[in-house]
Amino acid sequence: MKAAVIIFPGSNCDRDTLVALERISGKAPEKVWHTETDLPEADLVVLPGGFTYGDYLRAGAMAARSPVMAAVKKRAEEGAYVLGICNGFQMLTETGLLPGALMRNAGLKFICKDVHLSVERNDTPFTRKYATGKPIRIPVAHHDGNYFADDDTLKRLEGDGRVAFRYVSKDGEASDDANPNGSRGNIAGIYSDDLRVLGMMPHPERLMEPALGGSDGRPMFEGLMETLS
Amino acid sequence: MSEAVSHDARELPQADPGVTEPEITDAVIKEHGFTPEEYDRVKRALNRTPTMTELGIYSVMWSEHCSYKSSRVWLKQLPTTGEQVICGPGENAGIVDIGNGLAAVFKMESHNHPSFIEPYQGAATGVGGIMRDVFTMGARPIANLNALRFGAPDNDKTRHLVEGVVAGIGGYGNCFGVPTVGGEVEFDPAYNGNILVNAMCVGLAEADNIFYAAASGIGNPVVYVGSKTGRDGIHGATMASAEFDDDSQEKRPTVQVGDPFTEKLLLEACLELMAEDAIVAIQDMGAAGLTSSSVEMAGKGNVGIELNLDEVPCREEAMTAYEMLLSESQERMLMVLKPGKEDVARRIFEKWQLDIAVIGTITDTGRMVVRHKGVMVADLPLDSLNDDAPLYERPYEFTKPPKPFDTSKAKAPDNCAETLLQMVGSPALSSRRWIYEQYDHTIMGDTLQRPGGDAGVVRVHGTNTALAVTVDVTPRYCYADPKEGGKQAVVETWRNLVATGAKPLAITDCMNFGNPERPEIMGQFAGCILGMKEACEALDYPVVSGNVSLYNETNGKGILPTPGIGGVGLIEDARIYARMDGMKDGDALILVGAEEGYLGQSLYLRDVLGMDIAKDGGAPPPIDLETERRNGEFVRGLIATGRLSAVHDISDGGLYVAMAELCMASKVGAEFSLPDGVPAHAALFGEDQSRYVIALPANLVQQALRAAERAGVEARRLGTVGGDQLITENCDPISVASLSEAHEGWFPAYMDATH
Repeated sequence: MKAAVIIFPGSNCDRDTLVALERISGKAPEKVWHTETDLPEADLVVLPGGFTYGDYLRAGAMAARSPVMAAVKKRAEEGAYVLGICNGFQMLTETGLLPGALMRNAGLKFICKDVHLSVERNDTPFTRKYATGKPIRIPVAHHDGNYFADDDTLKRLEGDGRVAFRYVSKDGEASDDANPNGSRGNIAGIYSDDLRVLGMMPHPERLMEPALGGSDGRPMFEGLMETLS
Repeated sequence: MSEAVSHDARELPQADPGVTEPEITDAVIKEHGFTPEEYDRVKRALNRTPTMTELGIYSVMWSEHCSYKSSRVWLKQLPTTGEQVICGPGENAGIVDIGNGLAAVFKMESHNHPSFIEPYQGAATGVGGIMRDVFTMGARPIANLNALRFGAPDNDKTRHLVEGVVAGIGGYGNCFGVPTVGGEVEFDPAYNGNILVNAMCVGLAEADNIFYAAASGIGNPVVYVGSKTGRDGIHGATMASAEFDDDSQEKRPTVQVGDPFTEKLLLEACLELMAEDAIVAIQDMGAAGLTSSSVEMAGKGNVGIELNLDEVPCREEAMTAYEMLLSESQERMLMVLKPGKEDVARRIFEKWQLDIAVIGTITDTGRMVVRHKGVMVADLPLDSLNDDAPLYERPYEFTKPPKPFDTSKAKAPDNCAETLLQMVGSPALSSRRWIYEQYDHTIMGDTLQRPGGDAGVVRVHGTNTALAVTVDVTPRYCYADPKEGGKQAVVETWRNLVATGAKPLAITDCMNFGNPERPEIMGQFAGCILGMKEACEALDYPVVSGNVSLYNETNGKGILPTPGIGGVGLIEDARIYARMDGMKDGDALILVGAEEGYLGQSLYLRDVLGMDIAKDGGAPPPIDLETERRNGEFVRGLIATGRLSAVHDISDGGLYVAMAELCMASKVGAEFSLPDGVPAHAALFGEDQSRYVIALPANLVQQALRAAERAGVEARRLGTVGGDQLITENCDPISVASLSEAHEGWFPAYMDATH
């Protein structure tokens, strides 16, 4: 698997993402600076988490207008896989690669904790190593993760099976209590219509080994590795 | 106050600066925080009347914050050396060797006054400042901690301050991208008018690539990098060196505004340049900004420095020399580069979209010369700023040590289980989840022990070792007996580190006290130092960095003496460390340490019986340092076998609370017995020191107890893990679920209540 990780001013999960990808693929991913207009050859492009440009405008809005994002968009149209985590998800909605928007958390506070997610389908490279119906546990760490889309968009996402992950209780129930940020439909991550672009607020790269308290993030990278190599 | 230097009138500061300078009146001198004697000292150092700019420079450099003029005579008694120490106090941060060619760089600092005035920005810039201190030395920050003290929960301002301070700490650290893995929070009416916000940062550096402040190389360029300079924070260091009064809110403009995004860029740019063999010396512009950074760099290197303020990147128009020199705008650094390295520095800083400007040169004059618009606005001998700073041996009056508390004076609770529920759900002991979930604590992918344990544990990236980090102090002990309290603060951090299995390496201190001009406050300070010194020496646990915050008073009422201690320890094998949450059904429990059932200064007296412990609480629990060390080394040895299920030290609230904390963390019940010859409530709630609870597989108990006996360590079989209730003699069984509900409930309920 050839992966490229895009680094913007204010990215701060770039190293964690690089470490996770290298651990699974045995190969150091390419690091791409935000001013680049061409991407290296890559099967997977990752937009890592962070506070690009301090989130001083809307989260992800400035980064979405970086020179490199035109190349990412083009690559996505050509069929490459794109994964946006946290701030990366926010960039994907800001560029229009994914619909909807990520608003301030309903509780108005930054929130860092492990959450349980339902895997809505496991027939994509991102989730093929997960079982549906068995919640996974990985952390969130964000201030603006409250997913919003209008009724029509939401209906389309649900109807087309484009909801990737939902916040659920330990027992798999998509309840209000299990929703950390007020996201509509408890949505934690969504796909593009060709299922090749995934944006998600939780951080799979942070729980990759039992020593850190869990390894439910790992199957995502293993699934990608299996598909893309 | 603005300076009106006339740019045509003079070339050099004159003995009489003449009509073009604002007159230096008694009022101006007082506004700068000088006593008449100190002002005479300035004149003697210069052999003339200072210009307004020079007066400003002396004022910040001789402020308590920068000069340690009241505290230095005492601070120098603390032990600062050891074979693990790479760099002790006096630099931006302390440094210890952690093996594998790596070093831990750490320091704790206060941002009390600004946080009271503007909690979000005050706390945020406190975090920003301490991280800059660490990465200035070439270290990447890998863990943050904070120690917060607020007024009584029912004080009008408390909720607002908690809300703002926590959001500010999170806002800065989360954006910058470093995990906040530990801390402590306390409420006490003594902090009603003067909260404490102490932030600690631990960084990781290569032991052979550490950067210091001492400038050298005559003719080398002095380079400014980072944010532009504005008018924010002028005289912050002076504010931090004065008491508060009712008009303190008017000082809001002296609080700086933080920009964590820029700080993140500054970190990456600095580390990139540090890999280039280009930097001679580097110093962050913290308190007193450009003035203190240039004075410290030139002073430490015994050279001179010339600055041309026309080159300083400014954010506002028409800034005067006075303002530029005293601004505390954040996210700025001053560096001395090797000759010819300007271009590589420029390339890196421009890549990170940061300002970079050559603003001066290193000279051999031993003087600081500052020019602005062609006029020399300051020309001072550097040694006068550093060495001639006033040094006070302030009169002190030791606190009279109170008599030991007579346990028979403390009545037993009507229902001990109810009392436990009340305690674990109290402001002092309730869960801090509401706070730490606002801090990113999983970023960087190395957090082994998240907040809520005895100490935070982070793996040293790319190695098989880990660091344990903690902050602690028990101010009520320090007030009752400063020496015993100072000792206990150091010991408690040591014990917390040991409880994870770490070998404690060194501490940083953050000394928060009242007005040092009052002999009883100076006595508290001196007492705490003497106690800390004893503990540090007995445990081979030196002080490598620190900070002093005095004048923590409002309208003449001082805070509790609060010598905050931050400890760092090394876990040699990151796979083998201890946690609180590993107790399993069927595990046996062992209590390590002697049980005297001493209730003096306990939370039981203060919060359950409602006693005025300052008056009637007696002495704090005594500590025998030899026993402490022996017990700790025994526990650490057991942890190293890799066979323990859980470890927890016993501190605030005593044994019953410690057992409840273990059960809540492990989500399992336990049954334990009480010792003979001690009243039950004293055994349950006494805060005897040097104690730990250990959970381990039952078949290992005899072996462990025999090992304790051989080591001369007092230990007994305490009980057994199992079920879903906490059970002890003569107390109602209490479900772990109800304990957790009370424990988790207080903070969110308090913060959600209507303001």
